[in-house]
Amino acid sequence: MSDGRRIDIQVPVLARVEGEGALELAARDGHIETLKLRIFEPPRLFEKFLEGRDCHEVPDLVARICGICPVAYQMSAVQALESLFGVEPGPWVRAMRRAMYCGEWIESHALHIHLLAAPDFLDYPNAIAMAKDHPEVVRRGLRLQALGNDLIRLFGGRSVHPVGVCVGGFHRAPAPDEVAALRARLTEALGEAEELLAWSARLPLPASDQDFICVALRDPGEYPMYAGRIVAGDGLDINAAGFEREFREFQVPHSTALHSLYRGRPYLVGPLARLHLNRDRLPPPVQAALVATGIMFPTRNMYHSIVARAAELLLAVHEALRLLSDYAPAPQARVSVPVRAGVGFGVSEAPRGLLWHRYEVDAAGLVRAARIVPPTSQNQARIEQDLRQSLEEYGLAHGDAELRLRAETVIRNYDPCISCATHFLDLRVERT
Amino acid sequence: MNLKLETRNSKPRIAVHKFASCDGCQLAFLNLGEDLLRLAERVELVHFAEAGPVAPEVPVDIAFVEGSITTPDDLERIQRVRKHARYLVTIGACATAGGVQALRNLASAREWLAAVYARPDYIASLDSSTPIARHVKVDLELWGCPVNGRQLLAAIGALLEGAAPREERDKVCLECKRAGNVCVLVAKGIPCMGPVTRTGCGAICPRFGRDCYACYGPAENANTEALAQRFQGLGLLPEQIVRRFRSINGAAPEFADAAQRARR
Repeated sequence: MSDGRRIDIQVPVLARVEGEGALELAARDGHIETLKLRIFEPPRLFEKFLEGRDCHEVPDLVARICGICPVAYQMSAVQALESLFGVEPGPWVRAMRRAMYCGEWIESHALHIHLLAAPDFLDYPNAIAMAKDHPEVVRRGLRLQALGNDLIRLFGGRSVHPVGVCVGGFHRAPAPDEVAALRARLTEALGEAEELLAWSARLPLPASDQDFICVALRDPGEYPMYAGRIVAGDGLDINAAGFEREFREFQVPHSTALHSLYRGRPYLVGPLARLHLNRDRLPPPVQAALVATGIMFPTRNMYHSIVARAAELLLAVHEALRLLSDYAPAPQARVSVPVRAGVGFGVSEAPRGLLWHRYEVDAAGLVRAARIVPPTSQNQARIEQDLRQSLEEYGLAHGDAELRLRAETVIRNYDPCISCATHFLDLRVERT
Repeated sequence: MNLKLETRNSKPRIAVHKFASCDGCQLAFLNLGEDLLRLAERVELVHFAEAGPVAPEVPVDIAFVEGSITTPDDLERIQRVRKHARYLVTIGACATAGGVQALRNLASAREWLAAVYARPDYIASLDSSTPIARHVKVDLELWGCPVNGRQLLAAIGALLEGAAPREERDKVCLECKRAGNVCVLVAKGIPCMGPVTRTGCGAICPRFGRDCYACYGPAENANTEALAQRFQGLGLLPEQIVRRFRSINGAAPEFADAAQRARR
């Protein structure tokens, strides 16, 4: 750009993201000078007040970090504590936790695709405006979201802050007739989820060509969700305990969420990263549906995240059906938990990506220290990197309104959950 | 104060504001399904950042507020929300009682200062998490962690019709008995908070064979002292009883007092 235009764009409140964030962008002579994804969501200090709580209170407390993905918090937490106590709740609990987790993926992915992301690509300010012209698209999203919520409710009584999961297993096994009713609805939803994947690939997504490193879980047989080893595109393969050696968090002035780097570099977590590292773990029908979209994976276009999200939604419907076929309630939905002192690690794949927990517990079962690294803080540095590249490629000659919309689209593509990202900071005390 | 639809030229306006929270209560709007589309026909959603519309300074008939006040900026922002709203309705434990993050209020300033990390000067945060009613007049409080869609629709319906919204104040026990659940406190000796907790959740915890943990806050005339004695009878140590009351709604006065008494 040669006119020397000074661009100064402020997006004081990012819309259609979870939590409170803003964007500051300043450019001169066609180059970005400053770009800050500002996160000012107030810190809620979860790790601090987990200290001194009984380990059995942890699943109910950590759920409150995020209303969109409480199941993920519960799953990483119970696995960390069970490994600490040397407890193995067995295959029934493992399968049912994965089935419940499928509910959260279905709910969260349907919500993001239809209500948060799609309006960007179909040129609407929001989903309610979009519903006037595309009522069936929005209704499909709401139906799938409701199905995901009901699957969580089956195991947890409600979809936001469910109450069913405990250290050692579940408080209760669902009744066979409840499971049968949900299985019927999952079967019905298969066609709709397949259509959704095809539809997502037909969206007029912008072009983009980026180089990024992916980090996700990997399991010997399954597409990762509930558990696995941490792997990266460069061959990294570690267990949950090794996370702190490879991934470092640091503070930046413009964010109440820490940034995270992998061996000094930004990295990607979430649906696209998982798909890139685990495409071979998709069940055949999902693989076929993905191939039928005509989009080649791995891809360098970050906007294909919405297609990856749709593929994962289809996967979650298939997986829930598989896990709930031949359902029989376990005679004991939980095993007893002999408490002992130690340190435990847990990691699972929240809808938005890797969610890592570490707990230190004393001999009485009280939490001595907790550390939680949520997906959105891990993606922050990558989002800023993407924004710089995407906006310069898009062309800073575009008007402010267009630049602003493009920037918001880039950010929303990551499905940032800012409430999650910001729960863990220590604070400065300002007396008023 | 009647907002009845036919008396107005335009649709009633609604705003949803967020403070320190997990977003789970505003999710009750986005989880309404078909009712969300019907609601959008009936009212104008002028500010609801998570759903798209951003216009925090536009006057509205009802402002729903999620989250507690924890930063210097929020102290000012809540005043503006109040100024622009005909009715202000808090949704959830954070906005109504300070939320789980109000557990910080119990920590000493020194303890927090000792925990300050690399560059605390980058962060602005108050030393307490306080409910909305501590700062501005609140017209209606919806308890729950999280609130559900039924509570939201009932509140909107009542306010738009100019009727006084019916508030749930009974104890979880009543709902639990009606549901035919086995009492976990009596039958299993589990320290259930149902006898002092406000109903509205569907008594889901006892239905799952576990203890209520008071996520809907204190019920009317909650006899916390009797329950604490009962817990003592079950063999709970004083600090365990304190933790029962100091949790999701630990800063609600009834529970804060009960915790204080149990410490002695």
